[in-house]
Amino acid sequence: MFSAFGVMEKRSKADIRESFREHAANIFLVFMLVINLFVTPNFFNAGTIWNIIVQTCTIVLTGMGMAMVISTGGIDISVGSMMAVSSIVTAKSLFLGIIPAITIGLLVCALFGLVTGFMVGKLKCQPMVVTLAMSIGLRGFAQVLNNAKILFLDNKFDNFFMIGRYKIFGVLPIQIVPMVIVVALVYFIIEKTVLGRKIQASGDNPRSARLSGINTVKTIMNVYVFSAVFAGLAGILLTAKIGAADGNSMGNLAELDAIAAVAVGGSSMSGGRARIFGTVVGALIMQLITISVNMNNIPFEFAQILKALIIIFAVYTQRERTA
Amino acid sequence: MEKKILLQAQNIDKTFPGVHALKGVNLTVRRGEVHALIGENGAGKSTLIKILTGIYSKDSGTIIFEGKNINPKTAIEAQHEGISTIYQELNLVPFQTVYENIYLGREPRNRFGAVDRPKMIHDSIEVLKDMGIHIDVTQQLMKFSTAIQQMVAIARALTIDARLVIMDEPTSSLDSKEVKVLFNVINKLVEKEIAVVFISHKLDELFEICERCTILKDGEFVGEFPMEELDQLKLVSYMIGREAKTMQRTKKGYDFENGEEIVRMQNIWQGVRLNGIDIDIKKGEVVGLAGLLGSGRTELAKVLFGAETPISGDVYWFGEHKKFKKPGDAIGLNMGFCTEDRKIEGILPHLSVKENMTIALLPQISKYGIVSKKAQDEIANHYIERLKIKTPNSKQLIRNLSGGNQQKVLLARWLCMNPKLLILDEPTRGIDVGAKAEIEALIQEVSTNGISVLMISSEMAELERNCDRIIVMREGTKRGELMGDDIQQDQIMEAIAGIDRKEEEVINV
Repeated sequence: MFSAFGVMEKRSKADIRESFREHAANIFLVFMLVINLFVTPNFFNAGTIWNIIVQTCTIVLTGMGMAMVISTGGIDISVGSMMAVSSIVTAKSLFLGIIPAITIGLLVCALFGLVTGFMVGKLKCQPMVVTLAMSIGLRGFAQVLNNAKILFLDNKFDNFFMIGRYKIFGVLPIQIVPMVIVVALVYFIIEKTVLGRKIQASGDNPRSARLSGINTVKTIMNVYVFSAVFAGLAGILLTAKIGAADGNSMGNLAELDAIAAVAVGGSSMSGGRARIFGTVVGALIMQLITISVNMNNIPFEFAQILKALIIIFAVYTQRERTA
Repeated sequence: MEKKILLQAQNIDKTFPGVHALKGVNLTVRRGEVHALIGENGAGKSTLIKILTGIYSKDSGTIIFEGKNINPKTAIEAQHEGISTIYQELNLVPFQTVYENIYLGREPRNRFGAVDRPKMIHDSIEVLKDMGIHIDVTQQLMKFSTAIQQMVAIARALTIDARLVIMDEPTSSLDSKEVKVLFNVINKLVEKEIAVVFISHKLDELFEICERCTILKDGEFVGEFPMEELDQLKLVSYMIGREAKTMQRTKKGYDFENGEEIVRMQNIWQGVRLNGIDIDIKKGEVVGLAGLLGSGRTELAKVLFGAETPISGDVYWFGEHKKFKKPGDAIGLNMGFCTEDRKIEGILPHLSVKENMTIALLPQISKYGIVSKKAQDEIANHYIERLKIKTPNSKQLIRNLSGGNQQKVLLARWLCMNPKLLILDEPTRGIDVGAKAEIEALIQEVSTNGISVLMISSEMAELERNCDRIIVMREGTKRGELMGDDIQQDQIMEAIAGIDRKEEEVINV
């Protein structure tokens, strides 16, 4: 009776397309690395690789939150501004000590995430518009806190700088620690927990999810809080690395890289399936483009064009064929 | 006289990831013929139709239409060739008027280049009149019944100059009177030499309207037969390849009069749909809700399940006064609800069979918020075997399964949590004979084990076979109750009869 599903004699076109969709991001990452190996001078030395890790940190952290949000069928355009908020708030609270300052920074972000989640989940506002408004509002909030000036951190906070500059064993950049922890955490949530199922079910078919007893409102509020906190963490790490908090430009356009990483990584953009490692690969691709363009002295604008093409291609390969 | 061949599809082959949906299937349709396409769910009917209408592309095979080799890539291309489809879910715009729907996307222009409304209205009236339908075409489409909306879809196909009209379960949401109207229209199409491919799970209809049939089974071509050479039993045995079990009502030795009461709803009011209705369900009892579409059956189920909040009224669960604010509340008390519309309110299409099955059970099979994979696998494998769900494995995405198998997965979703009450809204709609018998047997089995069932169905025979008691609804109130030997199709009909005659005025055959 299993003849209908029996062993396939030959791989059909649909199968090939499916497996291409599955591995497109990995193939492209390898392709980028190979190109750089030949084209970019000094690409494969330790310095460059550590540099990539440090710089990819922001995209990976914001991308993890974004992957969760997109999985519920939403989107979070406010992650860039959220980074600015956490940056300024943490910098301003540093006089209380490092741990309290970071806690306050993350709590403020969580609160704003909760507000966003409430509007999207409970009040059923369009997530694109809500988070766009949040993005504008939070950017303003970050600027107001320090009169739109850059807040340079005093050298007495050099302990704080270590969370952005420390090198484990003198080589491994500290950024790898929060990255690994956050990726592992999000992977665990999506793949192993009840919350992960609720997130994907809410994004896949909200009505079915609700009728299966899932509290979709609470689920949606959860993911926006996660997204805000991860963005906040990215903002704090960047502030510590630079040694200054800049409400004006911190995290500018970070949301675009985050969304791109999710799209390139093969998650469904209309909700449902979330690809966590795919998003990490997507983040690496986005950062590699920037770095290869920089290292080859090509004007940065070309990186933008290339990124745009890749995002469109990514969305194209994983589009749904519908009637 | 042999009619001339209009469509000849040969050796059509199609594979989806993990499923070989069509294996060299043939379909030959002659001019002015009503041709039945028959098969169980998952036999490949829908796939074949979608290939003919350009929604899927075939892997191999040829389609010859009016002597020409065609290979439509989109639905519009197929329409241009002269193939139109009337889907189960009508793809019309409910907010627009009838005539706008008929001419959607190909509005005639007057000499100033503006839309020629008078012509549209005039022609719409004509084409509908030809079909024997007299309605006000300037009304919004949504104001009419499903049957009329279907007629509008057919009228649209006619104005496109279709040579072949494919009807995918056109009768699934029509009552018997509306079916008659549809058949009249089909006969008119035949007079005009237009061919019809007719898909239905209701065998009587096939014998009534169709000349020939093509039978598919598991993606394979079984054969093409003139209908007069077949009888129901022969047909069913071709479809499912085994002796058709005669479905019979099983009598239970329960004493429901004095049985334990599971749930009682009192004086429920909600919107315009429920106007002060009372019902109660005893342990192990199968209670049927009969009534026409719009009588409030589904709304009552949704209120009971907490999916909709009533304006007033009381719900007692094992004698205890309860307020269900959300489905989660009802599920927490071991109530399950299989909704009427699988696609919109049932499946999680991009999740696996396993996840779909266990989604409502998550709180019980997880610890500290972490889901037990082992428990999930055990449950999934158990129910795949027990309900004979056709799927390569439990990781298959549910959307790749056929309708009947999707329905079984959804039944398993509720059965696996050991429900005390199971609400089934049209559990066998759009499901083939074999799966239907299996699902009905399952209802008997679970109710014998003490699970109460509230069953909503438009099919009188199904209610008669399965229910211990039938509540007849009309306009949101209870209009009758049948028990024991009174449960007969005629009795149910009689109780429903005396229904408002709105439909009749509209259809005016």
